[in-house]
Amino acid sequence: MSEEKPETVTMTDAQKKAQRRRSIALGLVLAAFVIIVYVGSWAKMGASLFNRSL
Amino acid sequence: MALVENIESTETRISEAMPGDYFALLKPRVMSLVVFTAFVGMLLAPGSINPFIAIIAILAIAVGGGASGALNMWYDADIDAVMTRTAKRPIPAGRIARGEALTFGLILSVFAVITLGTLTNWVAGGLLAFTIFFYAVIYTMWLKRSTPQNIVIGGAAGAFPPMIGWAAVTGGVSLESVILFLIIFLWTPPHFWALALFKLRDYDMAKVPMLPNVAGERHTKLQIVAYSLALTTVAVSPWPLGLAGPVYGAVSILLGLNFLRHAFAVWRMPDGDATMVPAKKLFGFSLVYLAALFAVLLGEALVMKVLAG
Repeated sequence: MSEEKPETVTMTDAQKKAQRRRSIALGLVLAAFVIIVYVGSWAKMGASLFNRSL
Repeated sequence: MALVENIESTETRISEAMPGDYFALLKPRVMSLVVFTAFVGMLLAPGSINPFIAIIAILAIAVGGGASGALNMWYDADIDAVMTRTAKRPIPAGRIARGEALTFGLILSVFAVITLGTLTNWVAGGLLAFTIFFYAVIYTMWLKRSTPQNIVIGGAAGAFPPMIGWAAVTGGVSLESVILFLIIFLWTPPHFWALALFKLRDYDMAKVPMLPNVAGERHTKLQIVAYSLALTTVAVSPWPLGLAGPVYGAVSILLGLNFLRHAFAVWRMPDGDATMVPAKKLFGFSLVYLAALFAVLLGEALVMKVLAG
């Protein structure tokens, strides 16, 4: 029984470069959003953020 | 893996879109005006806001405004492709697929509204959501292709940011924030009709019913003068209402007179004038006019806050 090779797509250098840039940008945006939520929560609630019963 | 569809064909290929192409979907130049006017609204509002919350609120308003731009480019890709001014945008240029722009716009809209609503208040969040809806659905999907009054009503979307900034601080809407809204609302028709006069052929090719290609040049020029009179009158009102000081009063009168001079020059322009110099001058000056009005409002408010300690 012969094994069939799956069909793959070969990316050009320009496509690889664009994909890498998009991945980096998305990572940076997600990191910025985490920081925004963290800073925003502190600014909105201050110390009361941790003042709750466990 | 992102695939790009050429809007003219069904052929697919792997995306070469750079992050800058996605940023272009947000209409950065419009976004800068949104940021600026929202900031002025926030600063003029009575009351205080935590500076970190203020920065995040401005960012959320900017992203929300940008998201509505992405939704506009998703829906209007066919029109953008035939107009010289917009043909190089990421979708008609084939760098980003329409579906990707739609998803991008929707996700950013949701995140922007939730962030603003949670961190400030839901009046501001609701106003931002309404602005996005108004621009993407009421203006882009409905009015733009159906009536020459498209930018009169649709202009409201661009006028909301100072009101959102005001609401972020006060949690409500008041006469003062409505005045800020009205200044941008009344500024939009003469600004865009001046552009439409010298880009008449573009709008004709795209079959977008702008006033010059539906009602004619003469009627458009008359409407430009009428809206300019209303605009320059309302633009002075922050001074007697106590929202601004005498410096703003003087500047708004002088700038208003200059605006009217440009508007009347357009009115006197002979029909069929190929160069359209007065229309181009009015278009250029209208940008300076709005930026200068809000810059003086901002400057005065900052000085007052410093003097108040």
